[in-house]
Amino acid sequence: MRVPVNKIIPLSMVDGPGNRTAIFLQGCNIACKYCHNPETRRLCNNCGVCAEQCPVQALAQKDGQVYWEPEKCVDCDTCIKVCPNYASPRIRLMSTDEVMAEVQKSIPFIRGITVSGGESTLYPEFLKELFEAAKKEGLSCYIDSNGCVDLEQYPGLMDVCDKVMLDVKAWSPEVFRQLTGHNGAPVKRNLIYLAQRQQLEEVRIVCLDAADVEACIAGIAETVRSYLNEFTLKLIAFRNFGVRGEFETMPAPTSEQMEQWRKIAVSHGFSNICIITVTK
Amino acid sequence: MSDVLEIVTSKGLTYEQKVVSLAHAAEDSLQVLHIPEKTKHYMDIGAICDLNEGHAPYRPRYVMPDYQKAVQNGCEFLRLDPPEDLDELLNFLMIFYRHVPSITSFPVYLGDIDKMMEPFLDDLTDEEAVKKIKLFLNYLDRTITDGFCHANLGPEATRAGRLILEAEKELQNAVPNLTLKYDPDITPDDFAELALKTSLYCANPAICNHQMHKDTYEAYGVSSCYNILPVGGGSYTLTRIVLPRLVPEARGKEQFLTEVLPDCLTRMGDYMNERIRFLVEESNFFETSFLSQEGFVNRDKFLAMFGVAGLAECTNMLMEDQSKKYGHDQEADDLAAEIMEVIAGHAAESMALYSEVCGNHFALHAQVGIDSDHGITSGVRIPIGQEPENMFDHLRHSARFHQFFPTGCADIFPMETTARNNPAGMLDIVKGAFALGDKYISFYASDSDLVRITGYLVKRSDMEQYYKGEAVLQNTVYLGGDNYRNAGLQNRKVRSVQ
Repeated sequence: MRVPVNKIIPLSMVDGPGNRTAIFLQGCNIACKYCHNPETRRLCNNCGVCAEQCPVQALAQKDGQVYWEPEKCVDCDTCIKVCPNYASPRIRLMSTDEVMAEVQKSIPFIRGITVSGGESTLYPEFLKELFEAAKKEGLSCYIDSNGCVDLEQYPGLMDVCDKVMLDVKAWSPEVFRQLTGHNGAPVKRNLIYLAQRQQLEEVRIVCLDAADVEACIAGIAETVRSYLNEFTLKLIAFRNFGVRGEFETMPAPTSEQMEQWRKIAVSHGFSNICIITVTK
Repeated sequence: MSDVLEIVTSKGLTYEQKVVSLAHAAEDSLQVLHIPEKTKHYMDIGAICDLNEGHAPYRPRYVMPDYQKAVQNGCEFLRLDPPEDLDELLNFLMIFYRHVPSITSFPVYLGDIDKMMEPFLDDLTDEEAVKKIKLFLNYLDRTITDGFCHANLGPEATRAGRLILEAEKELQNAVPNLTLKYDPDITPDDFAELALKTSLYCANPAICNHQMHKDTYEAYGVSSCYNILPVGGGSYTLTRIVLPRLVPEARGKEQFLTEVLPDCLTRMGDYMNERIRFLVEESNFFETSFLSQEGFVNRDKFLAMFGVAGLAECTNMLMEDQSKKYGHDQEADDLAAEIMEVIAGHAAESMALYSEVCGNHFALHAQVGIDSDHGITSGVRIPIGQEPENMFDHLRHSARFHQFFPTGCADIFPMETTARNNPAGMLDIVKGAFALGDKYISFYASDSDLVRITGYLVKRSDMEQYYKGEAVLQNTVYLGGDNYRNAGLQNRKVRSVQ
């Protein structure tokens, strides 16, 4: 099967343990207001707005289709900034073999791969195939997920997946819906399921006033109390880089606020806490 | 004698730098080496470059004393008994280093400082030991005022090694250079990760592929700018062939490879032998130095380093298809390998005087350049500004060309600061590179005050002081400051980690 691939980063030190090749799949099932790569959300509908504005004519619309010429592209990102559809014209439809061929180029410099998105678990069959191939190369296989797909439905995939990095975007369903347009019900089920299977690498909360950060911390602690020292709790300070829409100009939380949240996490029994304040 | 007056009256040199410069001027007033006309021609056009070693060699370029032996036996000449605690050891070394000569007049090799300290740490808390170690390291930085000074760590993890790394991170000293000898079968991941993380704060240590170097000689040490040399010996001399300067002498690629290059290599070997001959037979160094009299160095553990610089430019000049570049195109890299085969073949066949430790041959060395170089890339590196987009492609290329050099060949990578958060990821890169045959690798963070010039470290803040015309403590700031500008080092590709 072929899946839409937004990009492949050969060398990533921010997508799980060690050095990894990160594969970003296109398409997401939720719409976070603070999303910093909203262009990964949907598939291109060939409206052609980007082709008109590309400064180097790397994009063209022919017969109702938008075509991208990578050789001309200068990575200025104009296309994704002007896309009214939260998509990108620079998507490659790739097979498992094609993705693996890219991954091969990073061996022996990486210890594994991480598939992110968009939301990578929208393509469970592809993930399973890719992970099976990557395992043959001795690579560890990680999923980066918003948790809104019930992973228990895909035992075959979960048997070849090493670990998951799971977002908990909000604890109350109302706040979750406000932030993302989705009720987030599968997230809590995934949290328990993954913790019980020792497959949680990290649980992440994007911290900002609009989220119920404190409730998230308390809720996670209560839900997976006996596993708290088996994963990292990552508290990520919201930043507006790449964000479009309502949250575009929202300020980042102060370092005092972040410290306050860290203390709350400590008081709930988390031992591995990581604060992320400056990321690209 | 106007040079001498200029030195004496200079406002930009410290007293110590004046003394060394005056000694150099005195040495250069002699003409004791026999140099044939053709060799002089190659020197005039800069194809053979003696790196201003001086006209009358009276000490080897790099001296690698067997400090372990000195510490065990004591030193009669310096009236030093074997040390019995950490204070005595550090004092012993501080005195001993003062008397180790080299081309720079400062010691270029300080030994395995972690292994020497380790046995004396048992009765000390971390806090007590760190205080002593810091005083020692600051003494080295402020008195060995030359960046071509190198101390070694590893491959074993030691408490001393960890304390030295932690101290260096805090002190931010340019001297000494540190290298961790890394062997995945010996060095634990957490120690290697501490070393890599430290390097992203203070550009030290560099990482040496121990598995690839450990059998080069009986025991090796890393000195100066990545010179892999026998402990208890060293290198008599380092002369380099600056390949792009030789290209205009040839009518084309074929004549370059079959006539011009071999002739220049022969002349360079003869010239190096002439330097060795004078040093060994006439200078009386080995007869008079306490280092050789007490067996801390032995003449038969010295070799001569045959330097190579500018392979990239040479290759690009000789390529018929000018759009194909070294480091990017298979055809250009194949030509570069062909050039290196000629050089390596010459080194394997020609005889080097008094070089038993190297089978009486010259030892190839990827020479990293000097301050006055313009448009000449270090050794076999890919030119700055032309680095491959993908770091892994860069490292694969390096592995192909590092194999030619037994006495040192290295790459330098500035990293995004985010890499500090993931030293395990850094180690993955090192493991991959070393498994492919990269011999030596060093990193610094893109925001680091300490930057690696060609192999040695200089602080950007010190270079600013030099650019204003003020005297600075370390003489390598002058060299580094010029090199930084001439070679455009600020343009080195910073490696993204996401």
